[in-house]
Amino acid sequence: MHDVKTDAALDSAWNGGKSPFAIGSKKLGMWLFIVSDTLTFSALLIAYSYSRITNPDWPRPFPIYPAIAFSTTMTVVLLASSLTMVMAVMAAQRNERKKTVLWMVATMVGGLLFTTLHLTEWFNMISKEHFTITGNPEGTPLFGAVFFGITGLHMTHVMIGVIYLGIVAVGYGRGKFSAEDVEVNGLYWHFVDLVWMFVFPLIYLMSVKY
Amino acid sequence: MNTQAHAEEAHAGASLGTNIGIWVGLVAITFLEVFLAYKQLQPSVMLSILVVLSVVKAGMIMSYFMHLKFEKLSLVLWLIPAMIFCICMMLIFFFPEAFRLLQMRPH
Repeated sequence: MHDVKTDAALDSAWNGGKSPFAIGSKKLGMWLFIVSDTLTFSALLIAYSYSRITNPDWPRPFPIYPAIAFSTTMTVVLLASSLTMVMAVMAAQRNERKKTVLWMVATMVGGLLFTTLHLTEWFNMISKEHFTITGNPEGTPLFGAVFFGITGLHMTHVMIGVIYLGIVAVGYGRGKFSAEDVEVNGLYWHFVDLVWMFVFPLIYLMSVKY
Repeated sequence: MNTQAHAEEAHAGASLGTNIGIWVGLVAITFLEVFLAYKQLQPSVMLSILVVLSVVKAGMIMSYFMHLKFEKLSLVLWLIPAMIFCICMMLIFFFPEAFRLLQMRPH
């Protein structure tokens, strides 16, 4: 028999109601992933801090020009791609499919540009300045493991994000995905941006060569 | 409530103008950080300022771009304090060790 009282109890947020946080399960899943990934990056950055504080000969390989200017450009590119993602989510909420796909493609271009700039920086460091994952000419060899490890994991996130954006853009364009899928995709992309807001100052700006 | 209904609910987020304002703020803070690096501050002072500015930027991104400001408070309370607690647990062990390691450095 249908019991109205029981239904009301089940629907309330504190009794395991149908939607206690008033969001869909996909968005909730993405938020849980974001929290766990935040802790992964936190652990890595704290491990970096340990390594750095233990080694007085930690290299400072980034002069203001060109290295910091270059990484600042990368930061602005990533931030710009976050703004285009905001536009995509807003267009999806207005149900403007074409505009949404275009903004998502713009976000992908931003992500690809960031990755290209990042790889250029890596290859320059490896080939011209002889920084590798196991050694460098300026100080403790741990620098390479930390630098390439953390920035590499972040770059992997960016590349996965570009693929994810491509899949959702095609699916949304064809009407297979909903505006919620675009929003969940946006959450991931903004998270990638958020992580860089810690990596950039802690890895680059704390290692400026004067 | 199905997912479509959720999407239509649309979580009345910030306006376009506010989002652009937040973006300009993020870029401005980034340039401020670079300016501080250029000014050659003491590493400890520099680190403190950079961490504070990064947390501010993270707050701006999460609140506006990730819509957390417009979600139900129960979601925020469920996700954020637990995450901060875990990070604090890592830092609790970091600080005494860090100072000990700093003193053990060869002079």
